[in-house]
Order: sequence, then structure tokens, then C-alpha cells
Amino acid sequence: MALSLDEVRRIAVLARLELSPEEEQLFQGQLSAVLDYVAQLEELDVSGVEPMTHALAEAGAAPLRPDELQPSLPPEEAVRAAPAREGTFFKVPRIIE
Amino acid sequence: MSGAGELLDLSLTGLSAALAAGRVSAREATEAALARIEATDGRVGAFLAVTAERARERAAAADARAARGARLGPLDGVPLAVKDLFLTRGVATTAASRILAGFVPPYDAAVVERLEAAGAVLLGKLNLDEFAMGSSNENSAVKPCHNPWDLARTPGGSSGGSAAALAARQAFGTLGTDTGGSIREPAAFCGVVGLKPTYGRVSRYGVVAFASSLDQPGPLGRTVGDAAALLQVIAGRDARDLTSSTRPVDDYGAALEEGARGLTVGVPRAWLAEGVEAGVARRVKEALALYERLGAKLVDVELPHTKYGIAAYYLIAPAEASSNLARYDGVRFGLREGGAGGLKGMYGATRAAGFGAEPKRRIMLGTYALSAGYYDAYYLRAQKVRTLLRRDFERAFERCDVIAGPVTPAVAFRLGEKVADPLAMYLEDVFTVTCNLAALPGLSVPCGLHPEQQLPVGLQLIGRPFDEATLLRAARALEREQGPLPRPAGLEA
Repeated sequence: MALSLDEVRRIAVLARLELSPEEEQLFQGQLSAVLDYVAQLEELDVSGVEPMTHALAEAGAAPLRPDELQPSLPPEEAVRAAPAREGTFFKVPRIIE
Repeated sequence: MSGAGELLDLSLTGLSAALAAGRVSAREATEAALARIEATDGRVGAFLAVTAERARERAAAADARAARGARLGPLDGVPLAVKDLFLTRGVATTAASRILAGFVPPYDAAVVERLEAAGAVLLGKLNLDEFAMGSSNENSAVKPCHNPWDLARTPGGSSGGSAAALAARQAFGTLGTDTGGSIREPAAFCGVVGLKPTYGRVSRYGVVAFASSLDQPGPLGRTVGDAAALLQVIAGRDARDLTSSTRPVDDYGAALEEGARGLTVGVPRAWLAEGVEAGVARRVKEALALYERLGAKLVDVELPHTKYGIAAYYLIAPAEASSNLARYDGVRFGLREGGAGGLKGMYGATRAAGFGAEPKRRIMLGTYALSAGYYDAYYLRAQKVRTLLRRDFERAFERCDVIAGPVTPAVAFRLGEKVADPLAMYLEDVFTVTCNLAALPGLSVPCGLHPEQQLPVGLQLIGRPFDEATLLRAARALEREQGPLPRPAGLEA
């Protein structure tokens, strides 16, 4: 299935990726080739087949932790790796005009 | 111990025995490994970071424990290294991506905690394909890794550094992760043992996430016993990962020497037909014949949906990746670019500058597969095919204890050979991805060298859920009968 350049650009917006014109061209071709390949799944009759929603048969059956307050990362530690911070807050560009 | 070379030739279990007997110290083993890394890694490129000071401190602590008679177990004092996808407190973790530049985690991954609690000496962090996305280690944003058997060839990916470091005798054991074959493929290419445990057997807490329903940490060793010793330590329930299993952990060492007699080995004949290079098929068939001589029974099994595995995988894995990699936005950690362009501009610019081509490709593919109007046609259908694949295996395991076949269609390919064609690269995983999609354990064990190319060939063994013990038993039987591979030639010249 061939993707148009507009579709590539729309996906990039959804994915929050700025692409260069060269990347748009490259991905248009490469993603189209992969989508052509995965189209073979249409050969299979999957009516009545449940999707595999859990990789582990017992998933969902594992005991949850007790709902109790536990120590976690102190705020100073949690923001230490941020590229910009103010006190114990993550600092981001202004979003309100 | 007469010299560093002889020491480095020891397996993990051999070194452990020598440490326990006092024939060698953890300091000597650590210094030998660090010197080997220093001498060879300029050519191999297996390490992204060497934590020499920390390793020396840990080795000294292990020697002090030994002097007090308080040895912690088989990994105490043993120099190991881990893929740079595992968080390490106070040590940079990069996932081989520019977007994690400068990131120093405030906590350790569960498996790192377990290794260190067992006394292991961590030498450093190992090279990989960016965010574990790739089959050749060429997608590393830092540097490619080279195969010690032939430095012009790929070590496989994404845990290429984990396999190459072992083959280059730089470490006595390593950890990797396997999402679609990323432990087994590099293990096969580098002539070492790699085990992808059952999904849920090993905690994913503190592992940089790629595709959460497929990712699984696991061990690589120079011998089957080494892989078993590592798995013994890292396996088991971790309350911080709700998908980690509550099932008890087997005694993997006890299973090792039971031999192949009485095992039923399932052979999907289609895996040895079309598309498999003749030299690889020959070695795999010889291994199967050897099993028969050792008292195992071979039966044919059908896995009719295998051919759809790659297609399902390259919808499901990118879909999950597009979600997991949404967290890299320049706000909380790593790189930030384009702060002057407002918040959305910063997101787009950070991600454009931080991700390499393969993560971008997979994020785009996954976003598309999950987007309105395409979810049912792509993602949901792929998840249904996953059910069909799982059923194939369930039916096969009614007739056999393990399934055996090739790990890859060919031996290690040349660096650069498939870079321009992502689909060709994806097809490398044709025999490995089904195991992840069905959440089963899989193991790669060397089964000799390719008759012409003199490069390692891996035999893949796939088992029932949580039956890693039978995989290790079967692999050990083959290993014992075949003997070790010769030393890789690539570093000797």
C-alpha cells in the first residue's frame, strides 16, 4: 500500500516528529514497502479469533501490591535528570500566550 | 592461574569455581577483563561505557567477603557486563540513542540489583541498536559493534555488544534483552549461548521499554552452564513489574546434565527448506541427527503461521514502541532542542534531533497502525494472528518437549550490507519473532561453524512456557557432545 507524502506528514504530526523533506521521501518509500509486506495478513481468516491481549497467560491474575503508601523517589531526585528545571518542577516553554 | 590469557579463557562457572577455591581473586579476574577490554574494544566496539572504578571497588568487596568465608554464590566476584538498556544508578544509560544524552538514572533495573546483590562485578554498559531496534547493532547512535569472528561483519542485534563482548573474552557473562530475537540472533552470530526466557520470567523493571508485551531480559554466556547460572539469579517475581510471573523458579543447574535421552524434539521441516542458506541448514541437520544419536526422538511438527510472524511483529512491536517512545519529549530527561518554538515545537525538534532513523521509522509505522481507521485493519488483526501463532505452538508441544531449528537463515552478514533496506533487515528475524509473539522461551546454542565461511551457526531451541530447564538441558547435551568452538579468528590477527 503506497502512502502519500501528505499521509507521511500527517503521521509525523501525530507522532510529534519533525521530518526533513529528505526523511519524508525516504519514509514514504520504506513505510510503503513495509505496509505492502504486512498486507499478507489479509490472507488469513481471523473471524472468531480472539486477539492475544496478554502475553502472559496468568496476566491479570498476579497479585497486586497492597494499596499502601510506600517511599518513592524524592522530588529532587525525580527532576534531577531534567534538561531544565526550577526547584522541584520541570521547566517547559510557555504554552499560554 | 598462570596468566591473564588463561584466566580469560575460563567460563563463568569455571571462574566461579576458581574463585571459590581461592586459585584466583576477583581483583585478578577484574583486572584481566579490564585489560582485555582496553586492548581489544577499539576494534570490537562492544562497550559504550566501562565502569572500571566501580568494578574495582566491587571486586575488592568480593575478595573481602571471600577472605571472611562469606562468599555470596556462583556470581560473587565474577566480572559481567549489561546491555545499555538496563538502568544503572549513577551510571549513564543511553539505550544507544542521542535522545538520552546525559541521562543518569536514579535507580537500578531489577536485574542489575539482583546481579549486584549476588556479588557480581559490573564492568560496564554494552552496545546495542538504538532502543533495541535492529538486527545488526548498526543502528547504535554511538558506534557500530563488530563481530569478533570477522571484524567486517555484524555481531547481530540488538544485543550485539552483549554477544561480542563474550566472544572477545572481555566479560564472563552478559545480559541482553530480546523483543524479536535480540538475544538469540547475536548469540548465534558470535558463537555464544543466548537465552530469551518466557515472557514474565525475568522482571522488566528498569529496562528501557521498546515493546512491552514482547521485551524480555535474558542471559548470554560462553557456555550453557554460564547462561543457566545467570538466569538463576535474575529470574523470579518482582512486585514492581506486574507482568512478572509468580511461578517458582526451577533449579536450572540441576537440569543441565540430564542428557538428551528421552527428550522428544519437534522439527518444523519448513524451517529448514526455503530461504535457509545451505551451510546453516547442514549444521542444524547435523545437530538434529546428533540428538537422535544421544537418545532423543525427532518428530515433525507443523507451525503453519510462522510465515506471518514477521508481518504481525512489525505491526505490534512498532505500535507499542510508538507509545513507549512518546515519553522522550525533552521535558523530564535527556536531550532538549528547540525550546524557543513553544512546547509543541520543542517536542518535535527534540525528537527529530534525538532519534535515529530506525526509531523514527518504527514510531511512524506504529503511529499509523494505531491511528483512527487503521487500528482494526492492522493492529487488531496482528494481535489475532498472534493468537494463531500461539495455538500452533500449543499443538506442537502436545507432541514434543522442545522445538529445534535455525536461529537465522544465514550466518553473520557484512556491516553495511542491509542498512539501506529495512525490510531485508526485518526478515533476519523470521525464525525468532514467533517465540516472542507467543511468549515462549527460546535459546540459541552454537552448533558448529559454517562449512565454507567458518562462522558460527546457532541452533534455536524453543520450549513450553516457563520450561527453560528443558531448553538448558537439551542445549547442554549438544554442547557436551560437540565440544567448544575454536577461538574467534577476528581478533587474533
